Amino acid sequence: MREMLRYILWRFLVMIPTLVLISMLIFTIIQLPPGDYFESYVEELKAIGEKADMQQIDELRARYGFDQPMPIQYLRWAGGMLYGDFGYSFEYRLPVSDVVGDRLWLTILVSTVTIALTWLIAFPIGIYSATHQYSWGDYGLTLLGLIGLAVPNFVLALVLMYLANIWFGTSIGHLMDQKYLAEPMSWAKVKSILEHIWIPVIIIGTAGTAAMVRRVRANLLDELHKQYVMTARAKGLHPFKVLVKYPLRMSLNFFISDIGSVLPAIISGAEITAVVLSLETTGPMLIRALQSQDMYLAGSFLMFLAFLTVIGVLVSDIALALLDPRIRLRGGSTK
Amino acid sequence: MSATTHAQTDELPHFVSTAPFDPYADDKADAGGDGAQASQLRLMWWRFRRHRLALISGIALLLAYVMILFVEFLAPYKVHTRNVDYIFAPPQGVHLFHEGRFVGPFVYGQKMTLDMRNLRRVYTDDTNDIQPLRFFCHGEPYRFWGLVETDRHFVCPAKDGQFFLLGTDRLGRDIFSRILHGARISLTIGLFGVMTSFVLGIVIGGLAGYWGGWFDLVVQRVIEVLQSIPSIPLWLALAAILPVDWSPLLVYLGITVILGLLDWTGLARAVRSKLLALREEDYVLAAQLMGAGSARVIGRHLIPGFMSHLIASATLTIPGMILGETALSFLGLGLRPPITSWGVLLTEARTVSVLALYPWLLFPVLPVIFVILAFNFLGDGLRDAADPYK
Repeated sequence: MREMLRYILWRFLVMIPTLVLISMLIFTIIQLPPGDYFESYVEELKAIGEKADMQQIDELRARYGFDQPMPIQYLRWAGGMLYGDFGYSFEYRLPVSDVVGDRLWLTILVSTVTIALTWLIAFPIGIYSATHQYSWGDYGLTLLGLIGLAVPNFVLALVLMYLANIWFGTSIGHLMDQKYLAEPMSWAKVKSILEHIWIPVIIIGTAGTAAMVRRVRANLLDELHKQYVMTARAKGLHPFKVLVKYPLRMSLNFFISDIGSVLPAIISGAEITAVVLSLETTGPMLIRALQSQDMYLAGSFLMFLAFLTVIGVLVSDIALALLDPRIRLRGGSTK
Repeated sequence: MSATTHAQTDELPHFVSTAPFDPYADDKADAGGDGAQASQLRLMWWRFRRHRLALISGIALLLAYVMILFVEFLAPYKVHTRNVDYIFAPPQGVHLFHEGRFVGPFVYGQKMTLDMRNLRRVYTDDTNDIQPLRFFCHGEPYRFWGLVETDRHFVCPAKDGQFFLLGTDRLGRDIFSRILHGARISLTIGLFGVMTSFVLGIVIGGLAGYWGGWFDLVVQRVIEVLQSIPSIPLWLALAAILPVDWSPLLVYLGITVILGLLDWTGLARAVRSKLLALREEDYVLAAQLMGAGSARVIGRHLIPGFMSHLIASATLTIPGMILGETALSFLGLGLRPPITSWGVLLTEARTVSVLALYPWLLFPVLPVIFVILAFNFLGDGLRDAADPYK
């Protein structure tokens, strides 16, 4: 147990430099495009034939420290995040946490439904494919899954929108009827969300399901050819019992190591699909922020996603170490 | 080799082969391929052949890559040829029979009328206007490989006729020709991207796994950092850096490098963990004692041991890159016209209303799906074949 604690402590310590590195990288990335938000803002105003109030902009620039050298700007941004100040979104003229607020819940809703559905569908199919390797069923399901993987999500979104337009006569897209957007939660709003949510779930889910089926199949196949399976079969255990009791359990390790990528996926959602469907999730907001160089919004949100990934990896590593003693013995030290 | 033995005597005679000693006998047996001593490559090939889909996909991809060399010849029109009288023309079906009479491949001419109610162009087939297709014909002149001035095409429309197999877009450009031309960019972008990530992955992962110590620790952190930032925002951010005034060709190179820069981490991890295990082998120690440097030990002795695995996994990352390019271009952040890729072509079909009126604008998605499927099958087959002893 002491060994385990030491491992966890070591992992926590390693996390700190990783996070510092990530924050530096993100800051560099959002600073790399030439110009800043105010420059593109003035350009936009010029394009529609209006003049910007340069004095006000200079004031804003000074207030947010745009005139100071990069390292100081970085320290102010990173330091602010330590005590929960994520900066200010210039485009929305709101603190970043307020901009993200509502969108975050809707995103989590869409993503958790999608992920749950993905697992429910992918598992039985993956197991069937692996146990019937190279059968027609396996080929058919693999092909179907691969098509799901191969069709770009945004094309699927467009086609589904088009079909729904013809068949149901409703314009889909968005997550709810527009009149509920600013309203507080009510039954009517919930109903409206339920009516809209299935389209993004299908679209985002197809690629994820296909990928998951492939992984379940591959991992299970690796285990199925091992000798302990043959031993169990030779002893007369029912094939189904063999499958569930040994190889399936072993092949689930990848499931746990996936937590690292699942956590941020829940928060960010599928950006491009969300843009096409104009969902009120965080994806389109992030892309828009990156394009308009709304640096605190983009930077803080990216940092938030990266932080979740690091936490997710940490959780999955600890879970794996608890499950599999070989991992914690190897962990940390490289020969 | 049949040695004559004297079965009559009780004790076996001492056997001496009179044939001259041939030190290369084993190699010859390998080349003969009698099954017992097939080389590893041959075993892999046999194994690969069993995965029929992979074999077919491999051949199809090979054909596709050969095709992009002869695009100008195969396409009936040039990339930017505008047919101003045929804007948003629907696909023309190729017919063989006209009123029960065999004519050979031909298309009906199209007549355009403007629907005055909604100002929509309505095209109707004119069944009196039979336009037989010409093959190996003289069409628009072009410079083949930038060297030879020629006007030879595989297929052209009839004289003063049109041939839009997959319809035209908002400028009256033939979509079929544009898909063929777009294949050049879309098919190579994944290849160059994978090459970048392959080199980075092997060099960085190899050194980290072989040296270990602080270098390994730093590399691991960097990989962790890169993997913990979601990929699409990272693409967006990096694509936004590319200066607007860059020429399209430079943007193309920039995008390939970006795709490669973000992709090497997985490969580097695989290389590193494999090297960690392999570097303790005796043959590595032997090589070191004989004075081989790191580069030689890694390059000559360690990497070949799992090269086949690397190639298989790299093949499986190409489809992701092709999809990545498509998505980036669709968002308007990847390649920009005049460069033509499948992603750029798909941006034409960005809204549902366009799609409802002109569904043929979505045709470029078919080659995308086809290529991605083929690469996936090929990669699966290669992975199964990578370890033929299993």
